[in-house]
Amino acid sequence: MGMTITEKILAIHSGRDRVSPGEIIQVKVDLALANDITAPLAIKVFEELGKKEVFDKERIVLVPDHFVPNKDIPSAQQVKFVRDFAKRYGIKNFFELGDVGIEHVLLPEKGLISPGDLIIGADSHTCTYGALGAFSTGVGSTDLGVIMATGETWLRVPETIKVIFNGSLKRWVYGKDLILYLLKEIGTEGAIYKAIEFAGSTIKELSMADRFTMANMAVECGAKNGIFEPDEKTRDYVKKAGAKEGIYLSSDPDAEYEKVIEIDASRIDPQVACPHSPDNVVSVNEIGNVKIDQAFIGSCTNGRIEDLRIASQVIKGKKVADGVRLIVIPSTPKIYKEAIEEGIISTFLDAGAVIGPPCCGPCLGGHMGILAEGEIAVSTTNRNFKGRMGHPESKVYLANPAVVAASAIAGRIISPEEL
Amino acid sequence: MKIEGRAWRFGDNIDTDVIIPARFLNTSDEKELAKGCFADLRPEFSKEAKKGDIIVAGKNFGCGSSREHAPVAIKACGISLIIAKSFARIFYRNAFNIGLPLLECEDAERIEEGDRLRVDLLKGEIINLDKEEKYYARPIPEFMMKIIEAGGLVNYVKSKK
Ligand code: SF4
Repeated sequence: MGMTITEKILAIHSGRDRVSPGEIIQVKVDLALANDITAPLAIKVFEELGKKEVFDKERIVLVPDHFVPNKDIPSAQQVKFVRDFAKRYGIKNFFELGDVGIEHVLLPEKGLISPGDLIIGADSHTCTYGALGAFSTGVGSTDLGVIMATGETWLRVPETIKVIFNGSLKRWVYGKDLILYLLKEIGTEGAIYKAIEFAGSTIKELSMADRFTMANMAVECGAKNGIFEPDEKTRDYVKKAGAKEGIYLSSDPDAEYEKVIEIDASRIDPQVACPHSPDNVVSVNEIGNVKIDQAFIGSCTNGRIEDLRIASQVIKGKKVADGVRLIVIPSTPKIYKEAIEEGIISTFLDAGAVIGPPCCGPCLGGHMGILAEGEIAVSTTNRNFKGRMGHPESKVYLANPAVVAASAIAGRIISPEEL
Repeated sequence: MKIEGRAWRFGDNIDTDVIIPARFLNTSDEKELAKGCFADLRPEFSKEAKKGDIIVAGKNFGCGSSREHAPVAIKACGISLIIAKSFARIFYRNAFNIGLPLLECEDAERIEEGDRLRVDLLKGEIINLDKEEKYYARPIPEFMMKIIEAGGLVNYVKSKK
């Protein structure tokens, strides 16, 4: 019996020839990640364990990205705590303002991820790196504190669900729409404890940016990880980022899947997730008249340069509707700079948008765009739980960057086709 | 291990943003976190939950972010156990890691707000003292039980040295 790509990576990291779904295994971790919210708790756990050194100074990454630039005194204290720890233990990969961006966009960009790696992060969207053919998953702070001390953790080998997308995409349809469509099909608990393997002719054609978006939202299906077979596009990306070459694995033809789902991607229109769940998905053409107060383009899901290009293409020469606030946050300083050089930032400013510094911003209702009671936002982010972006009585709709940009201009949620 | 307490009833898909909204995440102090527990959904929870109380919920409890602040806040409110139809996976790890046991039980929906429950964790047996009913939960995996018996992952790792 063959193995899936996920099983192969887990086998390599547990020093075994093969692993099977359901087994609990001990694995060596290539990279451990935490942010300004999760690192402080992890550090306390690490200190309780009484180790004098971290397992590897080069393999721990600390990224204060949620409440930075520090939004209040407690957030400033948290970052200071993390910074002091990084200094004390000589942790190389600690990123601060000017150099910091959203962790899941930053790590691949900085060349810290290669195909075949096993990455554990104290953030649920750590699954993003599956786009590069790595195994990556989120844990909590205690798990991460133990990993910082030992370089190891336990995992249950997940069953794999294979999702095959075939066909060419319609105009204005992206990776975001594919993953929202899948969420509509299987729901937020459709892949609990499972791996999702994305395959098919559509997937082969997708850009790395789109793959990142899809792997990012695997956790919204309840999955442990989402994974793509690495190919020439992966190789290009990894090389440009300056990462080590990595291992190019693929699933065996006789690998065992718990389920195989086939989707005709050529029929998919732009999708919108309605409040208050990412699986409450309809096609943008069925949404009706939803007036908006705010539009947000950013986050680890859709704040990459490709996303900003798409949005600026829609917005160019137009104005944001009266009464709508358009907030754009490039995910990293590098993306910000590219957006300036390509004239994208000017396009946004001319349209009446505001540009935020690279950080999570309003994605989790932290700062830089909190919603008031009764307000409605359309956003390129990944979650629209009740109160996610501010007041418990506010609402968030999730969509791709083209739909969000078009909606900002129209003042209600529309397809870019309608502009 | 035996647990006895009163049930707090919740629905399906209780996410971590509801358990502890992001505005409370600028600290890792558990007393502070307890104050934010279910702050928007059930503002009375953090004040009225008593030591030993049990949360009972539907499917996919704890979905959303990896914030360990969620189980920490719940535990700091005095909750001794959560019974649900299913749990989101990161929440599942986090809760056991900090010494808060979870039970997966198909019959969770039969339990109502305020019911008094007596639970035998090892056997996975839940007795509803008010309804005089008995339900069975899926047994806790051996490995997770070891973590709970040690009082959490940190103690477990320490004890192995
Ligand atoms: S952008 Fe949003 S989803 Fe991504 S890491 Fe930040 S808060 Fe989490």
